[in-house]
Amino acid sequence: MTDNAKVVAILTAMKEAIDENAQFLTDLDAAIGDNDHGINMARGFKKVEADLPGVAAKDIGAILKKVGMDLVSTVGGSSGPLYGTAFMKAGAKTAGKMEIGMDDFLVMIDEAIGGVQMRGKAVAGEKTMLDAMMPARDAMKAAAAEGKGVREVLDAGVAAAEAGVEYTKTIIATKGRASYLGERSIGHQDPGATSFTVLLKAIASAY
Amino acid sequence: MVGFVLVSHSQKAAEGAAELGLMMAPSVPVAAAGGMADGGLGTDYEKIMEAITSIREQAPEGVLVIMDMGSSCMTASMVIEDLGDEGIVMVDCPFIEGAVAAIVEAEGGSSLEEVKQTAEDAREVRKL
Repeated sequence: MTDNAKVVAILTAMKEAIDENAQFLTDLDAAIGDNDHGINMARGFKKVEADLPGVAAKDIGAILKKVGMDLVSTVGGSSGPLYGTAFMKAGAKTAGKMEIGMDDFLVMIDEAIGGVQMRGKAVAGEKTMLDAMMPARDAMKAAAAEGKGVREVLDAGVAAAEAGVEYTKTIIATKGRASYLGERSIGHQDPGATSFTVLLKAIASAY
Repeated sequence: MVGFVLVSHSQKAAEGAAELGLMMAPSVPVAAAGGMADGGLGTDYEKIMEAITSIREQAPEGVLVIMDMGSSCMTASMVIEDLGDEGIVMVDCPFIEGAVAAIVEAEGGSSLEEVKQTAEDAREVRKL
C-alpha cells in the first residue's frame, strides 16, 4: 500500500522529473506548438512543491485536489486545465483515503483519462497526451489482471506510454495547437504525451 | 445589459477585440482577460475569474464569455463550472468578429440568449 507520505514523495519526484525535462519538453513544443510546454509544466509543479508541506498530513484525495488546483491556476497553457482536471478527478476518487493500493491507482488513472477527455474533448489518435495515457492504462490493467506486482505493473505502463509517444510521431495532429501544422506535424512526438510519460516514469522510479 | 469577458492568450488581442466592440457600443460592460499575470502569453485562471466576477456585478442580464483557442476555452470552462452561475455562458464563435457583433447586439438590450446567437451567427458572415 502507498500512504499519503509516499504520495507526497512521489509528487516531489514528479516535480524533479519535470524540471529535468523542462527544456526538452519546451523544445518539442517549439517544433509543433507554442514553445512553452516545459516552462509551463515547471511553473505548475514549482507551485505544487511549494504547497505540498501544507497538505502533506491530509488524505490523498485532498493532496491530489490541491495539486490539480495548483496546476490549473499556474500552468497557463492547455496542460494546466488538462493535468489539473486529471489530478482533481483522481483526487475525488481517493477522498478520505490515507493509503491506496494498485486497484485504487488504476481507478485514478481511469478517472484522470476521463477528466482529460472531458476537458479537452479529445479521443485516441489525435496526437495528444491521451495517446500515451490510454495505452499505459490498458497495459497496467492487463499486467495487474495477470497478477503482476506493482513494480511490473508500473514498468508495463511506462513501456506502453513510451510506445505511445513513438506512435504520436507517425500521426497528424488534429487537436491542439499542432493541428494548425497539419501534415507538417508528422515526425514530431507530442509534447503532452511525452510529459505524461515523464510523470509516469517518475511515479515508477519513486515508488 | 449583457456583459462580456474576452479571453485570449494575449492581453493585447483581448484588449484589441474589446476596443473594436466598444468603439460601436461604448456603454456595454466588457473586460479583457488575456495572457498571464506576469504579462506573458497564456491563460490565467485567476485573471479570468476576476474579470467574470467583476463583469457579472455590472451585468444582471448575464455574461457572455468569448475565447480564442485551446487553453482559453478550457480555463474559461473551469472558471464557469466553479462559479456555478447559469447567467455566465461561453460561446463558440470567431474571436473578434463574434465579440464585435455580440457587443453591438447587447447594447440594444437583447437577452443573453439573443446575444449568444448573434456571436454564433458571426461565423457565417462572409468577408469575400
